[in-house]
Formats: sequence, C-alpha cells, structure tokens
Amino acid sequence: MTNETHKGYRGAALAVLKEHGVRVWSDVEAVTTRGRFEGIVLPRSETEDDQHIVLKVASGYNVGLRVDTVQTMKERGFREAHYKIPEKEFPFDPQKPNVTLLGTGGTIASRLDYRTGAVIPAFSPGELFGAVPELADICNIKTHKLYGVFSENIGPEHWIGTSRAIQREIENGADGIIIGHGTDTMHYTAAILTLMVQHPPVPIVMVGSQRSSDRPSSDAALNLMHAAFAAGHGPIAEVMVSMFGPTSDQYGLLHRGTRVRKMHSSYRSTFRTIGDTPLATVTPSSMTVLAEHYNPRRPGDRTVKLDAVFDDRVSIIYYYPNMKPDIIDSLVDNGYKGIVIAGTGLGHVNKPLYPAMRRAVEKGVHIYMTVQTLWGYVQMFVYDTGRDIMSFGVTPAANMLPEVAYVKLGWALGHSQDIEEVRRLMLTPISGEITEREPIDGYLVMQGGLPEMEAFLKGHLR
Amino acid sequence: MTEKKSNDNTSYFRGPLGRLADAGIDWAAIGFKCGLEIHQQLDTPRKLFCRCPAGRYSDDFDAEVLRHMRPTLSEMGEYDGTALMEFKTKKQIVYRLNRQSVCTYEMDDTPPFEINQQAVDIALEVALLCGCSLVGELHVIRKQYLDGSIPAGFQRTAIVGVDGAIPFMGRTLHIRQVSVEEDACREVTDRGHQIVFLTDRLSMPLVEVVTEPEIFTPSEAGEAAQVIGDLMRVTGKVRRGMGATRQDVNVSVTGGTRVEIKGVPRIKMIPPLVRNEGLRQRALLNIREQLNETLRRSPDYMERSVSDLMTDCTSPVISSALRRGEALWAIRIPGGQSVIHAPTQPGRTFTDELAGRIRVVACLDTVPNCFTGPDEHHITGRRWHHIRRRVRARKEDAVVVCFGPDEDVRTALTEVRIRFDEARQGIPNETRQALGLGITDFERILPGPDRMYPDTDSPPCSISDARIERLQAGLPTPPWERLATLRAGGVQEDAIGDLAIHPRYSLAARLLAKGHPGVLVGYILGQLPRWLKRCGLPSEAMADQVLEDLCEAVLKGRVNREALPALLRALVRRPPGSQAPSMDALFAELGLQPLDRPIKDVVAAALQASPPCLSADPEARIRYFMGVVMEGLRGRAQGRSVRDEVVRQIPPVAKATPKREGAEP
Repeated sequence: MTNETHKGYRGAALAVLKEHGVRVWSDVEAVTTRGRFEGIVLPRSETEDDQHIVLKVASGYNVGLRVDTVQTMKERGFREAHYKIPEKEFPFDPQKPNVTLLGTGGTIASRLDYRTGAVIPAFSPGELFGAVPELADICNIKTHKLYGVFSENIGPEHWIGTSRAIQREIENGADGIIIGHGTDTMHYTAAILTLMVQHPPVPIVMVGSQRSSDRPSSDAALNLMHAAFAAGHGPIAEVMVSMFGPTSDQYGLLHRGTRVRKMHSSYRSTFRTIGDTPLATVTPSSMTVLAEHYNPRRPGDRTVKLDAVFDDRVSIIYYYPNMKPDIIDSLVDNGYKGIVIAGTGLGHVNKPLYPAMRRAVEKGVHIYMTVQTLWGYVQMFVYDTGRDIMSFGVTPAANMLPEVAYVKLGWALGHSQDIEEVRRLMLTPISGEITEREPIDGYLVMQGGLPEMEAFLKGHLR
Repeated sequence: MTEKKSNDNTSYFRGPLGRLADAGIDWAAIGFKCGLEIHQQLDTPRKLFCRCPAGRYSDDFDAEVLRHMRPTLSEMGEYDGTALMEFKTKKQIVYRLNRQSVCTYEMDDTPPFEINQQAVDIALEVALLCGCSLVGELHVIRKQYLDGSIPAGFQRTAIVGVDGAIPFMGRTLHIRQVSVEEDACREVTDRGHQIVFLTDRLSMPLVEVVTEPEIFTPSEAGEAAQVIGDLMRVTGKVRRGMGATRQDVNVSVTGGTRVEIKGVPRIKMIPPLVRNEGLRQRALLNIREQLNETLRRSPDYMERSVSDLMTDCTSPVISSALRRGEALWAIRIPGGQSVIHAPTQPGRTFTDELAGRIRVVACLDTVPNCFTGPDEHHITGRRWHHIRRRVRARKEDAVVVCFGPDEDVRTALTEVRIRFDEARQGIPNETRQALGLGITDFERILPGPDRMYPDTDSPPCSISDARIERLQAGLPTPPWERLATLRAGGVQEDAIGDLAIHPRYSLAARLLAKGHPGVLVGYILGQLPRWLKRCGLPSEAMADQVLEDLCEAVLKGRVNREALPALLRALVRRPPGSQAPSMDALFAELGLQPLDRPIKDVVAAALQASPPCLSADPEARIRYFMGVVMEGLRGRAQGRSVRDEVVRQIPPVAKATPKREGAEP
C-alpha cells in the first residue's frame, strides 16, 4: 500500500521516492546538488509540503532534502521502527485505596515515538506504572479507556458516556475517580460532569498536562500523582480539576468543576478558580483544604445520582460592539433553543439586538446573560440598557461563567423546554456555579512591575 | 571544497606547548583518537526561539522557578543511562529569572516562536566555509538534557549541513555536521540536592561544528580547535570573550570507549586535558587487567553500617555528619585493594573516580566524600582495621566508606558497586568536566543517540537555492586561504596568524595585490596594531584609508619606517569621531616636514651639538652617534644613508676621557 510504504509523502516527493525505489524506513545514500546525505527515510507529516524528503542521520538529527536537488538515491537497508512502552505490572496493595482512571484522550501519560515524533499514549496500568512508578505508592489504579480524542473534539456524547462510566465505577467500589482529559476544554467537561453526577460519594478528579509527558520537565507525572492523592485520599467528593498551582514543580490546586477556567494558552499553572478561592492544595502525599464548604467523602456509600441529559441546540455568543441582529436571528432560524450571551460589563449588548432578542424569546428560545469580564456578577438593574434587555425575557445568570452557563443550559433544556422550569434549574446552583457571595480574595489578578509584586515574586517560587 | 595541500598554521600548538602535550607517548601506538564539538555563540541581537535580547548577562534575578527532570523512555523501552542517573540524583532545579533577559519561552511556559533566521544565515555561512552539504529543509530536534541546564529538559537544535571537510595539518579534517542550537543556562551552585541556574544565557543562538575523530595527538586537538575557531571568527558575526566559544572534546584509545570532556572554555586548556584523558584511559585499561586477574567470578560485595565504630572520631567531616544523624557505611570490594589507589591522572587515583560518582549521583559533596584507607585527619589505622573486620575484608580486598543521609549513602554504595563493575569492563562512557590544571572529574554518563526527538512545536524551514547563493556571494575567504595569501605575499610569520582572522585582512590582501612588500604590510597592519593594543591603544577604529596612505608614504620615501610607531600612536590618540587628517597635516603636526637641507649638513649639525661619546670602541661610537642623529631626524631619512654620513663625519675620540674609578675590567 502506497500510503504505508510512503507514509505522508505525496506529489513531487512521492514521485522522487518511487523513481529511486525508496520507501519510508529505507536506509539510503542520497546524492544531491547540495552534497551527499546518508540516513533513514522518515514518514512525513501530511500537513507539510511535497517538496522535501526527511532523513534521520546517524547522530539522531533529522534533515530535509529538497526533492529538486536529488540526483540519486540508493536503498542500502531497511530499518522499520516499532515502538512500544514497556509494561510493568501495577502492584496491588490492599491497604491502599482503589482508584479508577478513565481516559478520554489528551496526553496525560504518553511517550513520543523517537523516530517519527508521533505521540503514543501510555494508558494501561502497566504502562502507567512503567512511566510514573510513584503512583503505586499512592493508590491502586485500574484504568478504562473511554475515548481517544483531543479535547476540542469532546462533546455531549462523551460527557454522557463519561458520567455513566463514573457511576459504574463508583457503584463497583472505586474510592475515587481520575479522568484524564485534554486541557483545552477540561473546564467545560468539569462543569457538565458536576451537573450529571450530582452529590457523588467519592472524589472525581480531572487531570491533564500542559507539557506532554515525553518532555523531561513535563507536568504530567506530578499532576497524575496529585490527582491520585486527591482521588484516593482526599476528603472532598466533588468534580474537581487538579492542575499546577504555580508554574514550579511545587503543588497542585484542586478547583471546583464549575468555577474553573483555563486562563493561559501555554503556562503550566493555566487553570484558575474564578470568583472564588480554590478548594485545596495538593502534593503527592498531602492535601490542604482551603474551602470552608464542600461535599465531603461518604465512606461506604456507593449511591450516585446520575442526571445525564443534554440538549445540544444551545449556543454561546461573545458580544462585540456593532454586533448585528442577524447573528441572533440566524441561531433562532436554525432551530437553536438556548443562547448564552457573554455581555459587556454588567451584562449589556447594543440596542440593534433588542428586536432580535425579543423575537427569539417569543419563539421560545431561552436567553441567559453572563459577563465577558469573567469575574463579577451580571447586574442588569444599574443601567437602563440592562432593564430593557431583561424586559424582553433575557435572564441574568448571576456570576455563572459563560462556559458553565452554556453547558448548564444544554443540561437544563435536556430536562424541560418550559421557560419557568428551565429558569428554575438554571438559577438553582448545584455546586457553586452561582455563588451568593464573592469572597474578598476571589479576584486576584496581580500585576507584574509593581514594587510589592516584584518583592513577592523574588521571595516565592512562581 | 578544493582541498589545500599547504600546511597553513601559525598556532602555538606546533611550538613548545604542543611538544609538551605530546611528549613521551606514542599516541598512534595506543590508538589515540579525538574529535571536537565546537560551540560558538552568534552575534545576533536576539535569542534563537524568542525575541529576548541576547548577550545581556546579570547575576541579579527577579523571580525563581523550581523544576525536576524525569527520564523518558528510550526507543528500546529502556531508560537512557544518563537519564536514569540524573533521576536517581533527585535534584531540585532552581532557575533564576531576570525580566530583562528572559521571557516565558525560556521558562518553558510558552512554545517557541519562529527560529531566528539571522542565526540560521550565520550557521549556513559556517557550514559553507566547512564545505558541508547543506540541508534542503531545517528540522528542529529536541536533544534531551536532564542535568537541568535547560528548563524544558531539552535543547532545540537543527542541522544546517553535514559531511564537510577542511584542510588541516597538510591533510583533510572531515566535519561531521554543523548545527544551529540554543545555549544552556549558567550554573550558579550545585550543592547536595539543589542546583541553581541563571537563565540569561539560555536560548542564545550557537553554532556547533562537529569534527570526525580524525585528530591523533593532543597538540593536534588544540590546533584543530584553533582552526575551526578561526573559521567561525572570519564571518565577523560571532561573539567574543569569556564563554563565547566552548569546546567539547571526545577522546578514545584502543580498547576503550568515547569519553567527552565538556565545555572547555579555552583552547589552550585542550592539549593537556586531552593528554591526561588519554593517559587516564590507559590507566583504566591497566586497572581492568589487574582486577580481572585477581577476580575471576562476579564479586561478592558486602555492605555494613560502621557508624558505631566512629564514636569520638576527631574528623570534622565525620563527627559533624554523625551529629546530623547521618550514617556511615562501608562496602567491601573483593580484589580491589591493588587498584583503589592506582594513579589515573596527575595527583589523582582511582578513589577519585569513585568520589566523582558519589558526588554527582548520590549528591554527597563534602570533601572528602568517601574514604578508601586510613589517614591521620579522618580515620585512624586502628579504626580502619575495625572497619575492615566489620566487612570481613581480606588482604586483597578494598574497602570504601561513605557517609551522609541514609538514602544518599545507599545510592553512594550502589554507585561504588556500579563503578567497580564498570572498571572490570574497562572505560565507562562518561561526560567529564575540566577542572583546570589539565585534569577532569566525572560529570555524568555519556548520553546515547536515543535522546533526540523531533520538535513538534517547530515547523520545518525550507532553505532556498537563492538564499544559499546570496550567502555564497558574501562568504568571507576561509582562514587557510588567507594564511596562504599572506605568506605568499611575504608577510612576517609572527603577524600572519592574527592578521588572517582580523577584519583588516581584506586591506592587507588588497595592498599585497598592489605589490606592496609583505614585510611592510605585516608591520603596519599586524605588528604595530598589536603593539598599540599592548599599550592600551586599540587601533580598530582607524580608517583603512589612513593605513593605506601611510603604507604609500613609506613606499614613496615620504616617511621612514622608523617614524611609523609614533605616527600610529598619534593617530589612535586623536579624539574619536574626528576627521582623519591628511598625511601632510599629520607629518607637520609631528614635526616630520621634509628636510630643508641635505643629510650631510643635518648630520654635521647634530654631531656638533652632541655630547661627547665616552667609548673608544668604534662600533659603539657609531651606534651612539647614530642614535643622536636619528632622533633629530625622526624618521625623515633612510637609516643606511644616515649611517654612511655618520661614519664619514664621526668625531675623534676625546682625549680627556676620564677613567671611571673602581671599575673592574
């Protein structure tokens, strides 16, 4: 099959390989107008151009040859790479708690194929133990691979499937659940799982990594250990996200699933609790609870209230100045039943949208207002604008994060289409998605450059 | 690349320094082979993968980050030797961050930006000078370093060319590859389980030139480093100064394996280091023979705690360790006594091989950190006897005592076993650090080729023909051709080396092409600037035109060679930025106007005014009066014609020359 023997090559590059009778994994000697090269032909990434052939030379480096410079190419041998993560049996200790790791994808534990650069997930308990042997000091681990998708491809079917798996595992005696998940949309999944698996008896800890585990300084191993401790030993039985507190390898933070958000595209300490303080700090061998109120672990209790419904005719609109009403009209005309608006300031949009919003509500579409400032409450009484908007039937969603309001509206519409019932569901917090108070230290976005911040940074690992 | 037959080198490694490093050993007979990896910082304003300024060094820092490095599995599902060792050490790695010199890229919290194309250009230029095959597409690779010197745990690096060759010592030295890569951190301290790094140098662009192992004596190693260093310098686009060039030296002898001496900061250090490393490897091969003679089966090590034998010990290191609640353990090495104190390097024995491992792997860094025999300061003969009895050591067995926190001592004892097992195999694959005085100490296990990963964060970068043509067109003349040109033009030997790599080389070449005598060119462009530099008067800023004019003036007889030092000194002392003067104005300023009367009259007047000469020796008298006359002439006349005139007019010996009292003949 051409696809495998010339993996990733097409067009001009494929023609040159074929012309010289050379395949992927051929050990070749090539003469080009730029000189002589020796190495093994590597597969090429399909997204790259068709003008180059990639060789791995003896020193381990890769180089690309331009196909228009190739004069001759001779196969001297063939060295196909097979890469496998060694499995070591995960030890079982009856004294330790039993934790189930559910995999949805992402690279929380993975290894890179040295020759191609492809990421190979490490997932079975044996592979995990091979990669992070310290896990065995914390708990017994059982794994289930539910999905293998990047987090941007996660959707309602995965949410429902995952919540069912959680229920099954808890009923089967798991003392804690870890969910491996890509970080990009982890906070959406954390929020919906909070709604779908309410009042759980054991911790449900979501975890990922900002640096894939094929990198020596990856946060994956430590995150996994933190999650294992929180799931196996922690007192908080809620859906939580466990990721780095500071960017240093120091401790993790446990964030409530409904108040957490990814706040940096690449930092290790990207997850932050918004509008509240985190639930706890965690290390591989300890946990310090920060929250005053939380759902405690209920030893011996195996009951799980599963509420896994979702109506996906819901959208989220990020308001911008000069937004045209056709944005809302088109959602309504396309059959959407729920709209979450991330409005400006206290929850505002411009006047030209008013008729469109009125029409939408009249057609039975549920509209909720959140704030794009992320921190703070919607308050639509302060200005006329707010009062006008509410008069059309747009409901303020207090300090619910826009992403949380989006998944909650889908979940609420899964229960009912009745405007009042949906409103009741939306505005009755299940686990912190709306809080009554914002603590005085719930909004701390420090600014670098200030003398007091610089003094703080100099004295603390960041 | 057209290969040059000439053996063009002016470096001092061919002189006494080289002879000293090569002396007394038949390097070919022991199968000595050496290859170099030369790292050179590039003079770009920005770093390689982010937009931070390059070359801004400061020991101050605004914040710190803590990281650990975990080993990643190798291709065969094994941990790389280095990786495993570094993980065993469980180091806390602290990075100091200065907001002026680093951003979140260096902290490994932001993915790389596009590679600095200016740096790629310079690397391509070096690869062209090395006669390499240039790649069609640049692929950035991650090369893992678990010692913490890079926060990501890997260095981003990319090959720009392979398979080059340069003329060297009358033969060809092959260049394996030229790559462009990011520099690592500067180490601040490494104590116990914590290592601290400064990040200012991190990610500055480097070019690395790797030679094939075709260097066959220690002096050649110095010579090759010089040649390649010169090659990079002629681009005019590399950094200078301490730490801007660092060489890794790979050494092996027959029967051994490759050992790398890492980060040698000065070329002069290379020949003695390489010599001692060759000898160390010979010594280790002898130790292997000795061990295998006394020991036929796999050794039966024995480990016992000996803390209880050390109560009331007067050794400060031991007693303070015991006070801290640390442990002392002894390990018996069957058959090891004959080699434990065998010399390996000047002033060092096999015990130091163990101490190096213990320091790095077990993080025990007291001095000393282990004992292999009694000594008056630490363990008395009687105590040592008890220790030996505790581990049931026979006469031929060696005993090693380690001390420190319990877990670290266990690591240390395991490491001692590992090192002895390796000693029975021969020479371990190591990276060693240069300590100065030509000796080295263990740094880490030499990493294998399995630590190279493609960098999935960086797209490949195509290298167009147009780009190569542009670089080729602007390529400087390589140093060996420059040396040949200067030598053929008759420039004096001691000026050739410096001038060849000096920016003023092109002026020298032009003057020689015009037919100017090499001796004069070498004097004005090489020797005089060097003399001025020694006087603290750098002449780099002087316009080429001024030097060319001076050269012409000498040739036309307008001014004499002897006047040049004073002229140049006057020129470099002019305020910076001031207009270069015309030659006439300059000569006038220095009182070098043309003579207004014949030399005969000038000499007569000078002799008239001169104090009498006290010597009766005719030659001395001529020298004396020549000095007097030439000083007044200030280089406005040829020495030879002045001398003729002096000889003709020399006054008779004064009669009333007083005898000096008490002077013995």
